[in-house]
Amino acid sequence: MKRRDFIKLAGAGAAVGTLSGLAGCASTVPAKARVVVIGGGFGGATAAKYIRLWAPAVDVVLVERESAFVSCPISNLVLGGFSSMQEITTGYNGLRQHGVQVVQDEAVGIDAAKKSVSLARGGDIAYERLVVSPGIDFNFGEIQGYEPAMQQGRVLHAWKAGAQTVELRRQLEGMRDGGVAILSIPAAPYRCPPGPYERACMIAAYLKQAKPRSKLLVLDANPDVTSKGGLFKAAWKDHYAGNLEYRGNAKVVAVEGGAVRTEFDTVRGEVLNVVPPQRAGDIALKAGLITHNNRWCDVDWRSMESKKVPGIHVLGDATLSAPGMPKSGSMANNHAKIAAAAIVGALTGRGAGSDPKILNTCYSFVSQKEAIRVSSVHEWSPGQGTLIAVKGSGGVSAARSEAEGTFAWNWARSIWADSLS
Amino acid sequence: MRAVVIATLALAAAPAIAQDVQGRNLASACAICHGTEGRVVPDKSPLIPLAGLPSEHIASQMRAFRDGKRPATVMHQIAKGYTEAEINAMAAWYAAQKR
Repeated sequence: MKRRDFIKLAGAGAAVGTLSGLAGCASTVPAKARVVVIGGGFGGATAAKYIRLWAPAVDVVLVERESAFVSCPISNLVLGGFSSMQEITTGYNGLRQHGVQVVQDEAVGIDAAKKSVSLARGGDIAYERLVVSPGIDFNFGEIQGYEPAMQQGRVLHAWKAGAQTVELRRQLEGMRDGGVAILSIPAAPYRCPPGPYERACMIAAYLKQAKPRSKLLVLDANPDVTSKGGLFKAAWKDHYAGNLEYRGNAKVVAVEGGAVRTEFDTVRGEVLNVVPPQRAGDIALKAGLITHNNRWCDVDWRSMESKKVPGIHVLGDATLSAPGMPKSGSMANNHAKIAAAAIVGALTGRGAGSDPKILNTCYSFVSQKEAIRVSSVHEWSPGQGTLIAVKGSGGVSAARSEAEGTFAWNWARSIWADSLS
Repeated sequence: MRAVVIATLALAAAPAIAQDVQGRNLASACAICHGTEGRVVPDKSPLIPLAGLPSEHIASQMRAFRDGKRPATVMHQIAKGYTEAEINAMAAWYAAQKR
């Protein structure tokens, strides 16, 4: 939907908030059963879709600054040369077909008292309930010299799939045979615990095939591999012994002139992929939704409602993760369904129906075709007041395999469709 | 008399609706691999669509995964996370979905 059409459509409704066409007029008319969703990633897109599926009478407006969704899962395969940006990109037309009003703009402020969201291009949208699914932003300041080096293209995070994914692939392709690439991993918690180790596999696979004299040096701020450790290390030993070196307890504190500095030494690299420490996305910070360590947003897991600001539901990587819960696309998609059930239940007066029980399944590729997996089931514990892993459930793959690779691709296509189509 | 019948029906229907919503909520988690409402991604999925499968078949397969009687890459670990009542609620909900 074009912006002008949206304004027209909103204007035709009984109750509307003002948009940019009415500059200067603050939103004063309350929306009737309108849910606004900020952020069109795995969390926000899924929430928008499922609210429409479960309560077609509710208006849903999704505010997303990009024109299409680019998936972090599978983006490491783009770095290895085994997938493409086109393959990991999905537009928002699927959500429009569910009746979601998609507004391409950036939410720059939230007025919780007035229940309205202000947009970068001007105007406000009123809401009855608000879903904030902002993903992560980076604490660049924790690594000296990072931002100027990034602006010069000398260091990349590629930890939000998009332009930096393309640039990192380009730099790897441009590196000479014999060059060293560096991948550095921040201390947990960060987005996608197994993601950096999958990335190490994909980059090493590319080097082994295209630049056999080159090496990937992995500098991990954590003492050891944080997820699927045994399975990753077996793959590194069997596939990439000549092209991959791993160092634990190696926290990068500075980026300077083609090198990274850890607490112990300085290491030169031709390609620097330094993933910085992370926190809830900027809009969560601006709206005062962050509750812990200046980084994450605590929620009531029965509804995903913020523990700080009533009426606002926070999803995905931005949340203060429950015990044993990873920051993953699967979890964000499942958080969205908890929020959708709670919001629909509240708006229809029927209640959410049941305490939440959700699951996580994350696949990681260790070569072009082989994958490994971790799964867990999480249920509400009234005693502990949070979601906990169900005893005896969950686990990791018995071994890496091409069968898991097939299921990994099925997972990706299914979650993209479930969230966006 | 008629009012009494309707009231009785409404009372009987209330737990059924609650169970349906519970089944819907629980089953929605599975969509990350099995597709929205149990409908897989056409032509690309190695999985059988759960939508419209007989309820008893779905429940019996979940029990077989849980008890290690059906080999699996992942479902044996996931099935152990659900109670008998939850398995039945999900199975009934999937059985009622359009293929």
